[in-house]
Amino acid sequence: MSTMTMNGEFGAKKPLDRSITTSKPVAEAVAEPVKETKMENVAAVAVGTPIGEKLGALGRAVLPPVLGMLILLGIWYVATHKGGSIPGPAQTWDAAVALFSDPFYRNGPNDQGIGWNVLSSLQRVGIGFGFAALVGIPLGFILGRSAFLAAMVNPIISLLRPVSPLAWLPIGLLVFKKADPAATYTIFICSIWPMIMNTAQGVQRVPQDYLNVARVLALSEWKVVTKILFPAVLPYMLTGIRLSIGTAWLVIVAAEMLTGGVGIGFWVWDEWNNLKVEHIIIAIFVIGIVGLILEQALILLAKKLTKESS
Amino acid sequence: MEKFVQIERVGQTFDTKKGKFVALRQIDLTIKQGEFIALIGHSGCGKSTLLNLIAGLTKPTDGVLLLEGREINGPGPERAVVFQNHSLLPWLTCFENIYLAVERVCGSKEGKPKLKARTQAAIELVGLAHAAHKYPHEISGGMKQRVGIARALSMEPKVLLMDEPFGALDALTRAKLQDELMKICEKTKATVVMVTHDVDEAVLLSDRIVMMTNGPAATIGEVLEVNLPRPRQRLTLAHDPAYINCRAAVLEFLYEKQAHVEKEAA
Repeated sequence: MSTMTMNGEFGAKKPLDRSITTSKPVAEAVAEPVKETKMENVAAVAVGTPIGEKLGALGRAVLPPVLGMLILLGIWYVATHKGGSIPGPAQTWDAAVALFSDPFYRNGPNDQGIGWNVLSSLQRVGIGFGFAALVGIPLGFILGRSAFLAAMVNPIISLLRPVSPLAWLPIGLLVFKKADPAATYTIFICSIWPMIMNTAQGVQRVPQDYLNVARVLALSEWKVVTKILFPAVLPYMLTGIRLSIGTAWLVIVAAEMLTGGVGIGFWVWDEWNNLKVEHIIIAIFVIGIVGLILEQALILLAKKLTKESS
Repeated sequence: MEKFVQIERVGQTFDTKKGKFVALRQIDLTIKQGEFIALIGHSGCGKSTLLNLIAGLTKPTDGVLLLEGREINGPGPERAVVFQNHSLLPWLTCFENIYLAVERVCGSKEGKPKLKARTQAAIELVGLAHAAHKYPHEISGGMKQRVGIARALSMEPKVLLMDEPFGALDALTRAKLQDELMKICEKTKATVVMVTHDVDEAVLLSDRIVMMTNGPAATIGEVLEVNLPRPRQRLTLAHDPAYINCRAAVLEFLYEKQAHVEKEAA
């Protein structure tokens, strides 16, 4: 992953500059012929404008983030080029190339490729998150529909929600007697609150008009849920899911550091024990990129689903 | 049937933070089968509250409402409502919105093809066959309101309740839909109660106009019989002395008899 971004930054720099320099003259050339109002020029403009504008827009969209990344790399380089315990960009780059050339090797349970580590972390997040959705979303519906139950459960949620999910880890270890389900369990705990709360809020905000329609039609509770509540609540539910997955990905790294096994969090800790600091930096990038992909994928999903239903 | 809908000594009081609020008091009204009733009055006079009571969406604090001699005990498809803001479900197409109602009302005794045919017939009745598979946000306000009417009619209700159905539409669209509604009512012999604040609409469409006094504690002030032959034509009526008299009577009630009450209240 970090290979790609680095390539992207260095590779994209030159073509980008070119696109900016070419786009500006095009824009100027566009402005003048319009004033002269010559027919041939107008025709040329019609072709030239969109391309020039597109390149300009592309430049404006791509330039700032690329610049930001370059500055980050620059600071990193300056801070580390005199030596010291933290490796510089070039060193990390070399380590990354070696690491990603074989991401899926297996030398026993404690020495596996980074690909396996990321995948097993994702698996834990997936399972814990899935159970949280299975429990949290129906619970959210129930709390949204019943003011009494909501008043009963809300204080409990308010009490437990600010607790770091890692505080639950010992309980998980005690109950499950194994590290792996205990880590999954912390993910479950941290994912469930946003799902319950957002779903419940969505249910409470279903417009009264739609519920009146349901009442006049005397729809069955099943129809009310599938035809009115579920579609109306879906956007809120997706927000809950998106918040959950962000937290889950934050928590899994910490949980794995404590439980061990295979996983990106454990890998970070293992590399710290091996004093391979460049691997830790690579892991930071990998964790960041995976988190970014998860979040963006859910935003995309939300857009698609709500577009269909709006 | 002479006593199709009976409203007897109905009152409605709401509990608010400032104490009890009497919205309606002593409402007595009997509606014949096939009659078109318009409820008119200044805003805040409880027209919609009365309509919601007939719909069963709210329950009266005093008195009783009957339909065909049976107490109205909650909402139901036999008393279909056309809501002011159309209230179509945005995630269903026009066809699906109507189908949801048809399925609920006739689903127990009819198969899918028949239900679909009914839905199609309802859409054609309001002239929207071409937009059947569009979503509500893809069609105009007038079209949405027509789908709302089609949905209500597809339930084959005993009473059709309309809460300012054309209030949000421009004058031209409103006139067109009023004409369509008149034709539909003639065809289906529907019993209709319509809330409106439009005097011309009330006179054009209804058999009787129920005029309400100003709130709070509103009640029926006068009931005007509109003895104009059907079918009615908007253009010929404009010069008809009977029409002009009816119109004048309603205006007089609203702006003379009830206007000063509003000032007193204010």
